[in-house]
Amino acid sequence: MSEFRTPEQETSRFRARLLVAAAFILVCFGLLVARFVYLQVVRYDYYHTRAEDNRIALAPVVPNRGTIVDRNGVVLARNYAAYTLEITPSKVPDLEATITALGEIIDIQAKDRRRMKKLLEESKNFESVPIRNRLSDEEVARFVAQRYRFPGVEVQARLFRDYPLGATGSHILGYLGRINERDQQKIEERGNEANYRGSNFIGKSGVEQSYENELHGVTGFEQVEVDAGGRAVRLLNRTAATPGNNLTLTIDSELQRVVEDAFGDRRGALVAIEPSTGGILALVSMPTYDPNLFVDGIASSDWKALNESLDHPLINRAIYSAYPPGSTFKPFMALAALEAGKRTAGQAIADPGFFNFGGHQFRDDKKGGHGMVDMYKSIVQSCDTYYYMLANDLGIEGIARFMGQLGFGHRTGVDIEGEAEGILPSPEWKKRRFRRPEQQKWYAGETISIGIGQGYNAYTPIQLAQATAAIANDGVMFRPHLVKYVTSSVTGAQRAIEPRPIRELAFKPAHLQTIKQAMLGVNREGTGAKAFRGAPYEAAGKTGTAQVFSLKGAEYRASAIHERLRDHALFIAFAPMEKPTIALAVLVENGGFGATSAAPIARLVLDYYLAGKRPAGPAADDPEAAEAE
Amino acid sequence: MDERRFDPRLMVKRLLAPIDPPLFFIQMGLLGFALVMMMSASPERVDSQLVNSGVAILVTWVAARMPSQRLLALAVPLYLLGVALLVGVALFGEVSKGARRWLHVGVTRIQPSELLKIAMPLMLAWYFQQREGMIRLREFLVAGMLLAVPLGLIAAQPDLGTAVLVAAAGFYVIFFAGLSWKLILPFALVGVAGLAAIVAYGDQWCQPGVDWYGLREYQKHRVCTLLDPTSDPLGKGFHIIQSTIAIGSGGIFGKGWLSGTQTHLAFIPERHTDFIFAVLGEEFGLAGAIVLLCLYLALIVRGFAIAARAPTLATRLLAGAVTMIFFTYAFVNMGMVSGILPVVGVPLPFMSYGGTALVTLSLGIGILMSIQRHRAP
Repeated sequence: MSEFRTPEQETSRFRARLLVAAAFILVCFGLLVARFVYLQVVRYDYYHTRAEDNRIALAPVVPNRGTIVDRNGVVLARNYAAYTLEITPSKVPDLEATITALGEIIDIQAKDRRRMKKLLEESKNFESVPIRNRLSDEEVARFVAQRYRFPGVEVQARLFRDYPLGATGSHILGYLGRINERDQQKIEERGNEANYRGSNFIGKSGVEQSYENELHGVTGFEQVEVDAGGRAVRLLNRTAATPGNNLTLTIDSELQRVVEDAFGDRRGALVAIEPSTGGILALVSMPTYDPNLFVDGIASSDWKALNESLDHPLINRAIYSAYPPGSTFKPFMALAALEAGKRTAGQAIADPGFFNFGGHQFRDDKKGGHGMVDMYKSIVQSCDTYYYMLANDLGIEGIARFMGQLGFGHRTGVDIEGEAEGILPSPEWKKRRFRRPEQQKWYAGETISIGIGQGYNAYTPIQLAQATAAIANDGVMFRPHLVKYVTSSVTGAQRAIEPRPIRELAFKPAHLQTIKQAMLGVNREGTGAKAFRGAPYEAAGKTGTAQVFSLKGAEYRASAIHERLRDHALFIAFAPMEKPTIALAVLVENGGFGATSAAPIARLVLDYYLAGKRPAGPAADDPEAAEAE
Repeated sequence: MDERRFDPRLMVKRLLAPIDPPLFFIQMGLLGFALVMMMSASPERVDSQLVNSGVAILVTWVAARMPSQRLLALAVPLYLLGVALLVGVALFGEVSKGARRWLHVGVTRIQPSELLKIAMPLMLAWYFQQREGMIRLREFLVAGMLLAVPLGLIAAQPDLGTAVLVAAAGFYVIFFAGLSWKLILPFALVGVAGLAAIVAYGDQWCQPGVDWYGLREYQKHRVCTLLDPTSDPLGKGFHIIQSTIAIGSGGIFGKGWLSGTQTHLAFIPERHTDFIFAVLGEEFGLAGAIVLLCLYLALIVRGFAIAARAPTLATRLLAGAVTMIFFTYAFVNMGMVSGILPVVGVPLPFMSYGGTALVTLSLGIGILMSIQRHRAP
């Protein structure tokens, strides 16, 4: 640089530098061209797809859930549209502050916050979660005017489930609840997640749960063009949702209500079946609960009340709780004896009031005994000694085999979930049930009390009702079911659920006749006579009283123990005698004698169902009917 | 010339005299293209873009009429004014988005660093002219100092984009003045080695908590997002991801004018300013991008031709540096939008919406025209 240069040299060096710069520029522009070619030619397909993915969003169109009506078309479950205020947590920087600010324009209570917190734990961050349901029009207007203040908060029109009859039939219908993680897993296991995109609710119990697939419908999709903010700009394509199918139940909701009223505030269960179809007319578990509480996400105080109540309203006693059948077991025992040839109808025994077996005395309720007792009298007067002897003669294997075919100790397969098996005692059952060898052995003495429905016997009310219906229907058995038919939302076609009998037991007609006549005798001149005095129809029945010897699942509370140690009262019945249209089993927990508390309920039910008589109030206990069973 | 007789032909001739036709047509081509793009990117700004274009042409014409000697006479005052304003910013400036860049002057606020983009090469060209024939290492050191002072002030604001542009403008003058290759090459090598190191170790450096000495967190973020845009898909990376999607999805011939989905559904950020090239790439494809590159190339060729035949050292240096500034703007902008350079706030020359940059660039065109017109016979 120190050497002297002429202006010509300077100029030519400058031009050389220009050339260097030009070369640099060409390299740089070449780099850009290479980049453009790479993006726009080589990776064109990739970026084209990315741009389309950006642009097009699939929005699910949630189908209308199918409605549920009873056999007479009375609506049991339906949908209504309402506005909800929903928050998407991922789009909200400070959730607490946002809710507080919202609280200034819309009424948000502490229980709304608590419910939201619970829902938040169960949902994913990018899903919107309701903070308030059922906004009034005024509240919607107030929010919309200030929406700009609340990014991530939106008013949505949503369909809600409504159970117009409230607590009536809640154990049948079950309820709808928000989809939680466990539900989501189940949905994914069945490969249904596409159909549940956009769905917030799923059936949690009852028919709502077991017929979820029918009721839900098929989710539709909208292809929408969205902008960078995720707002829909225009609709490109739409596949409409197919609404869920409608269910018609076999239930008679009026009958259901009559039964629930008849129970009053007593605990218990009743199952009434149409013997010729297996269709369940009423399935009652008392106390009930209001399924509407669950629809918006149940408030924790309500949940606590239901869950911690000593009465366990959420348990479906009709299908889940197993009770000893007591004397209601006797007609089935008698039929077993006739079929096995161990007894004839006219064969009589002398009843001294007790039965000695293996050094143990089994006593009859009636001191001094019933005298000479044939089969008819054994049922009508509920003679225990007759059945102690009979059990011994039939043997445990014989009893178990016969009762098994009538459905005792087996799930009936009723079309809602949560059914218990009950206990059909047998040597095999004992082997399965106990671990120590001395416990596993069946002792002949244990067979004796099985004969009167005590001992290990434990059956659900629906099993008892099913067996009663089997006798009423001359041995032709149907699976008890709640749904009569499914109506397609598209074609309107009706699909019956239970067209064929599951089992035909070939009982001798004469044997059936003997049993039926004896059960008719119960209500004419026996333990049920008081309850059925003056009935305008002929009804067969049998009372039962089951000893409470354990308090499984219930808490001990000094004040409650006494009442809860009383016997369970039972009654089975069917009517009318010629071609029975209804068969039922009633159980009143700690109700005492079957004749005093269970039979009057059965009377009210039959009066309503067969004679259209509406009861004035709960069935009254009838202490005078407390005869020996 | 008889002034009293009105001769429209003469009027037009005098009016057009300062205009260099090739440069004028290139500028008109770019402004026209910009208008077409603006109708798609931001139709509501078309009117003011028209006004801006008019102002730009006026600025070019005024600068072209001014003899380069008078222009160079302004070098020292402009430079001193610029530095004074930068000091003012450092002392009394208004902080906006974490940077102190603006200065309130009466009713409006100004960004003095913009002034330096022209004042810097002007000053250096003027200085080398003073020392013509005696340019040794000492002169280059002085030039380096003249460059370093405002550069340091701008970098401290901090405004990396403008600092890069001002540094480039100064460096071009020094380069054309004949800075020895022995001094240039080591820096170039360090630069290349640095780039290679960033590519190789970028992942580690971009871990949170790693402090980059001398750079602010947001500058580190910009560089890191460039290295891996997906690391921040909804934040800073969103710009680069969406603009590359826009360009890539344009294909060879584009989706057609007004039909860019990325543009019209607002996926492209700042689509009327810094990212307007993404709109062009999406709607006109590779073909449109090459047309734009050719326009810039034509501008550069014409600028270099003017520089090569410029009469004095100062005008040579000035013409060469101004031309290189056009290139730098264009390259940095397109490089950033297509994802090969970090996102720095550099507009696409004559295309991006915004009056300040347009005036600066039109001034540059005017300077080139002036040098062309007032060259020695």
